[in-house]
Amino acid sequence: MVTVTMTVNGRQVSKEVEDRRLLVDFLREDLELTGTHVGCDTSQCGACVVHLDGKAIKSCTILAAQADGTSITTIEGLANGADLHPLQAAFKEHHGLQCGYCTPGMIMSGVDIIRRHEGQLDEDTVRHELEGNICRCTGYHNIVKAILAAAQEMHGEVRQAAE
Amino acid sequence: MAQDGIGARVARKEDKRFITGKGRYVDDMRVAGMKHVAFVRSPYAHAKVGGINSEQARNMPGVLAVLTGSELVADGIGNLICGWMVHSKDGTPMNMGAWPALAPEVVRFVGQAVAMVIAETRGEARDAADVVAVEWEELPAITDPAKALGEGVPQLHPEAKGNLIYDWEIGDKAAADKALSEAAHVTRMEIVNNRLVPNAMEPRAALAQYDAADDHFTLWTTSQNPHVARLVLSAFYNVAPEHKLRVIAPDVGGGFGSKIFIYPEEVACLWAARKTGLAVKWTGDRSEAFLTDAHGRDHVTVAEMAFDANNRITAFKIDTIANFGAYMSLFSSSVPTYLYATLLSGQYDIPTIHCNVRGVYTNTAPVDAYRGAGRPEATYVVERMMETAARELGVAPPELRRTNFIREFPHQTPVIMNYDAGDYEASLSAALSASDYAGFGERKAEAARRGKLRGIGLSCYIEACGIAPSQAVGSLGAGVGLWESAEVRVNPVGTIEVLTGSHSHGQGHETTFAQLVAERLGVPIDNVSIVHGDTDKVQFGMGTYGSRSGAVGMSAISKAIDKVEAKAKKLAAHLLEAAEGDIEIADGEVRVAGTDKKLGWHEVCLAAYTAHNMPEGMEPGLKEGAFYDPANFTFPAGAYVCEVEVDPDTGHTEIVQFVAADDFGRVINPMIVEGQVHGGIAQGVGQAILEGCIYDAESGQLITASYNDYAMPRAHDLPSFKVSTTETICPSNPIGMKGCGEAGAIGTPPAVINAITDAIDNNDLSMPATPEKVWRALRAGAAPMRQAAE
Ligand code: FES
Ligand code: FES
Repeated sequence: MVTVTMTVNGRQVSKEVEDRRLLVDFLREDLELTGTHVGCDTSQCGACVVHLDGKAIKSCTILAAQADGTSITTIEGLANGADLHPLQAAFKEHHGLQCGYCTPGMIMSGVDIIRRHEGQLDEDTVRHELEGNICRCTGYHNIVKAILAAAQEMHGEVRQAAE
Repeated sequence: MAQDGIGARVARKEDKRFITGKGRYVDDMRVAGMKHVAFVRSPYAHAKVGGINSEQARNMPGVLAVLTGSELVADGIGNLICGWMVHSKDGTPMNMGAWPALAPEVVRFVGQAVAMVIAETRGEARDAADVVAVEWEELPAITDPAKALGEGVPQLHPEAKGNLIYDWEIGDKAAADKALSEAAHVTRMEIVNNRLVPNAMEPRAALAQYDAADDHFTLWTTSQNPHVARLVLSAFYNVAPEHKLRVIAPDVGGGFGSKIFIYPEEVACLWAARKTGLAVKWTGDRSEAFLTDAHGRDHVTVAEMAFDANNRITAFKIDTIANFGAYMSLFSSSVPTYLYATLLSGQYDIPTIHCNVRGVYTNTAPVDAYRGAGRPEATYVVERMMETAARELGVAPPELRRTNFIREFPHQTPVIMNYDAGDYEASLSAALSASDYAGFGERKAEAARRGKLRGIGLSCYIEACGIAPSQAVGSLGAGVGLWESAEVRVNPVGTIEVLTGSHSHGQGHETTFAQLVAERLGVPIDNVSIVHGDTDKVQFGMGTYGSRSGAVGMSAISKAIDKVEAKAKKLAAHLLEAAEGDIEIADGEVRVAGTDKKLGWHEVCLAAYTAHNMPEGMEPGLKEGAFYDPANFTFPAGAYVCEVEVDPDTGHTEIVQFVAADDFGRVINPMIVEGQVHGGIAQGVGQAILEGCIYDAESGQLITASYNDYAMPRAHDLPSFKVSTTETICPSNPIGMKGCGEAGAIGTPPAVINAITDAIDNNDLSMPATPEKVWRALRAGAAPMRQAAE
């Protein structure tokens, strides 16, 4: 057993967990933050993406112990109080979700993509950088649309896809 | 019309909880004292189960119980059933082997469960499952359905001699043979429809609780039809009596058919909850999903199509072998028969059709309905044949289709279906113009200058949704009626709760169903809430699959609204001292037509509950229910055009344009309909170029058992799609809807393969058309597939 301490969605938490506890299970089971999902056991689907010290990671791929001392943001911590994050709002407006299961991971990945590119995104880049996330419902069409729209809103402009 | 009523692109009401991480899926549920289950699964495709030694497992930390198949059988838990009886052409009922929820004696596919471990944590349960010692005696396995019918091969079930489940036919064989022998041209093809894994992103899960004080069970499960689950679990599996079993299917993370069926794990968890007195939860991981979710498709077909000298089809003859895997899943028997062969007329006027289907057992996971269920297999056969015939005849593919389109409705096909309405020319024209089909030659030449092979492919599909009058499906062998129920509860303040037997797992019912109510009763959609997925709340329902929720589920709601409306009008007429026929309900008001006399909607609702002043004999309250049994199937149809570029050096296919023009009848929310089409196209593209479920032919091991090996479509595998709808109103239901959920998965695969075969000028290509296969086909030096230049 090991004691881990981290900041999750702005709140400091400290718990004793099994050495082998994955971060995703720590979030879902120990902290009851069930918005982060598990869709696979091979780190392929991205349903579990959260931010660790501001970077998108697959929470099924690291141990809770490895996240000791870090700051984690999950889908539950993305909105600013009652105000949705612009990408959350864009997913709703552009119908970027159906069953909603991949959605938390998609949004966390999308925020990271937008941030890394400072909003300078085109369709090709978004599609390429979403390769770690699988959605079985939407065909990605509207997810891509939502990410481009939020990027534009957050950073003012989007480069058009080169034809 | 209410501004968020029928036809409005309203953002979904349900989205807020999903985008903020507040969705409630089964694995998110926890109840007091809950323990965890892990299953002990077979590593062999075919084996005898000897002794099971669980002593070491029982001594592992946290372990509370290990239960086995023989205990389950001894407790009288019934075998899993197939709910649709299909008869062979000689009149005999299908040959079905027994499928116990935990196998006590023989396992017939890799991953079949033989025992379950209950422990304090999921990790402890899994650790202990690993050390349960089973004495396996491996038996020879067979995975290829055609070979399974041969001599001297492993026999799976004593009940099914030669591994044959049924030998079924439809149509007129003699007439088809005669037409084929007299034809001016015959197109003949061997066509394989590849096996797929549904891969809903949420793995299946079950949480079972038994309350001994009340002798009452609760099951939370990832189901598309909780009421059918309750019915089957109680009536056939003996795990709980129906009136003491509550089944809840909360938020469900996608189904695509795979969550229609009742699975062994649900049966075993309910049984274990009572046996141990513990609330138990099982959540499958992705590997278990690959091994044990019902797979889809898996047909091997030989098809022959006869044409006269005017290029009109005179007959169509089809011989199909359908692989059912190791057991008959809940609706599996109907998929390659009544859901497949009855659609083989496509959009065409074909005077004679004959189809023979042999259902076969193999040592693979059970196969059942997957998005489209039979209709994609039919469309793939018809549309690959049409494109190929056009090439052989030297006719442009759209022309050959036009020549043979059904143009008058209703149209009776030779294979049961009576198409009620359609305009196939309209969707074809829309698709051809949206794709600039006419300008393709230039684009092909331009691509050639860049060293790329450009191809274009067409597919004109039809499907049958809203399945179907209960009496009709009953006469074909269905074990259930296929109606839907609804209840509309108007509250005293005028807000409305709609209870529906449909189940939403991504289709947006909470929004579209509310739009219908808003349209009809003139209230904002935020004043309407949709209740579904809980057998304690909704009286009964048949669930969601086969694109039935709109055409059947919403029709039931519409019928209940009729009754609410009638009562509200009667009451309002009384209150306003007007004639009932003059009352109209709109914009939140109940008015006397042509006057300024009116009441607010909420005032009428309140009056129904205060009951101080009602017409003679009227009961208080404003709550009505209805059951709706469809009068016919509905027949969505459409035309898809796919344009690809193949890299001749690598065989890699890029989809450069994808156009869909669908006729879904009346559309409630175009945004949601487009989303359904996008998702369907993605699954269709997946089938065409990426996805394939492969078993090792010798050992029966599943080779594609993870996302490392099974190629799921990702964002960069797909383009953005151009989708649009044309509209012929469905005359068979009160809303005029046909259904849109499966179209994309049905229409897409032939369009993609027709495009690739066009690009590489070689028709000998099977799905999935991986770069390797395309590369090989390009180098195979096959004879040019066109008789005449286009
Ligand atoms: S659950 Fe982490 S990538 Fe699938
Ligand atoms: S919305 Fe269902 S998996 Fe993406």
